[in-house]
Amino acid sequence: MVDEMDSSSFLQYLFSGLTVGATYGLTGLGFTIIFNTTGLINFAQGEFVMLGGMLAVICQAMLGLPLPLSVVLAVLGATLVGALVERIAIRPVRNAPPINLVIITIGISILIRSIVMLLWDKDTHALPHFSGTEPILIGGAALMPQSLWILGIAAVVLYALRTFFRKSIFGKAMLACSYQRKAAWLVGIGVEQMVLLSFMISALVGAVGGVILAPMTMTSFDVGILLGLKGFAACILGGLGNPFGAAAGGLVIGVLESFGAGVISSAYKDAFAFIILLLLLFVRPSGLFGKAEVKRV
Amino acid sequence: MISSGFLSRLAGGSLLPVALFFAAMLAMPYVLPNPYYVSTLTLACINAIIVVGLNLLLGFAGQISLGHAAFYGIAAYATGVATATYGLSMGTGFFIAVGLAAAVALVVGIPTLKLTGHYLAMGTLGFGIIVYIFFNESIELTGGPSGMVGIPRLALFGHELWEDTEYFYVVAAALSLVLLLSLNLIRSRFGRALMAIHTSEKAAMCIGVDIARYKLFVFVLSAVYAAVAGFLYAHYLGFVAPSSFGFHFSVQLIVMVVVGGMASVWGAVAGAFFLTALPEFLRVFENVETLIYGALLVLCMMFMPQGLVGGLGALVRRLRRPLRGKAAPEEGSHG
Repeated sequence: MVDEMDSSSFLQYLFSGLTVGATYGLTGLGFTIIFNTTGLINFAQGEFVMLGGMLAVICQAMLGLPLPLSVVLAVLGATLVGALVERIAIRPVRNAPPINLVIITIGISILIRSIVMLLWDKDTHALPHFSGTEPILIGGAALMPQSLWILGIAAVVLYALRTFFRKSIFGKAMLACSYQRKAAWLVGIGVEQMVLLSFMISALVGAVGGVILAPMTMTSFDVGILLGLKGFAACILGGLGNPFGAAAGGLVIGVLESFGAGVISSAYKDAFAFIILLLLLFVRPSGLFGKAEVKRV
Repeated sequence: MISSGFLSRLAGGSLLPVALFFAAMLAMPYVLPNPYYVSTLTLACINAIIVVGLNLLLGFAGQISLGHAAFYGIAAYATGVATATYGLSMGTGFFIAVGLAAAVALVVGIPTLKLTGHYLAMGTLGFGIIVYIFFNESIELTGGPSGMVGIPRLALFGHELWEDTEYFYVVAAALSLVLLLSLNLIRSRFGRALMAIHTSEKAAMCIGVDIARYKLFVFVLSAVYAAVAGFLYAHYLGFVAPSSFGFHFSVQLIVMVVVGGMASVWGAVAGAFFLTALPEFLRVFENVETLIYGALLVLCMMFMPQGLVGGLGALVRRLRRPLRGKAAPEEGSHG
């Protein structure tokens, strides 16, 4: 099976790997943003991604709205859900032990999933490609225009977040919360608002990932589980708490998966990504770009 | 020395409650004579065996495992392949199942338990997913996604346990033994070491606890519990499929530990019974079932954070307080 790989299939694997990897990266970014302000891993992050794709399908195919409007509404809808989750289920118990909060987010993910399933259906849906399905040929490999949309939008989101955290007062306040919550509170930062904001931003980023991926891979009420796990893997790989590490981790996982599926076995595609991740964790327990000071026993 | 200490602890505390529990289990088929309830109770006992083990790891030692369904599945498949495919005896199947799960836990545990917090969660989660994919893809060995049929029913001393009630008694006896062992374990030097690790690894190290060894031991022990449950499960249903051993089941196990109440052996049993029975009762509502399950999960965690056992305990204390008046001591359970 492992013949000499010609350059066209190499490029083909690379393209498809980078494409899904970008959405893993966006999901991982969502995990990171909430983790940084709360120290919490939000297991409902994959559901924000699913909501992006499903809400867009609902607006576009079921309500008959134009595609761009559907995309915007889907992302706004998911952001609203993110805000609701924080206000209703997280804020009242914010001092609970972390493991309880994790269980709560797992419960929320089950809730969101089953509400979408009950209100709509269990079927898989496709969103139309943003600009046609005529592949672009590069070096013998076919690149779908949607891949360019995915990579481009992921890059824009990443750049916007970077600017937000560096330049805006809200971004700086959120960073302050991530360094030292108590100190941030003492200098007058509304830590509660920052937590709310972080849930909204991470829902927004996740939903953007879901909405741009939906035309390539179809979507349904339960796609959030695996996307969430891959996103979690991406941010662990990149070093938890480092947003740009998460984005890079997503790309690495996407590319590894794509080459693993193409060269070794498509059946073990998902296992391949996790095996690499485990080996890496054993060698570097704090991820690729994480701080090296994580304690080892 | 060790045995006399063990015996005195046995006499001093855990023997009576476990005996009462076993007696209650024996009475259950008479209280609930419906075969459907008996099968739900059997599954609840099987789940409780895993959850008591996971509770030692998560509740007492404070180490999370998001891949515990893998050990359950490894044992179920191992005994299935040994007895159904190769026609080996039930006893051999048991030793292969438990031995393989323990060996895998040892090999995986040594590097994984060096990780802490979210990294440990990710490591165990990744392990669980890899094993789940293996169950699905190694079709010649496991039958792939459609599963494996024809696993013989458990036989004891040449007698096949075809009666569901009989099988339930065997499973209840196994759970009682597991309870007896665990209740004594946590009251021993070992249990105190685990709780010290949970509170502060550094402090535990300072007083001479060999953290790495204790963590590994409790990890392997909890895998062995899961393996015993997997063995009982495979020979109860006669059929195993990967979908029973996926990420969902690992999460459900964690939820059982937490809803029951962490660091409480009886809480683990309560959590396992409650959450195994719940979906069965919710089945009437068809698709609303998962919705209610999710909502209960969130609500239980928000309003009963110490779990069922802790929550009921707090309720009892609150009801008692007015009766005793001001003399009632404040119980410091919120620290």
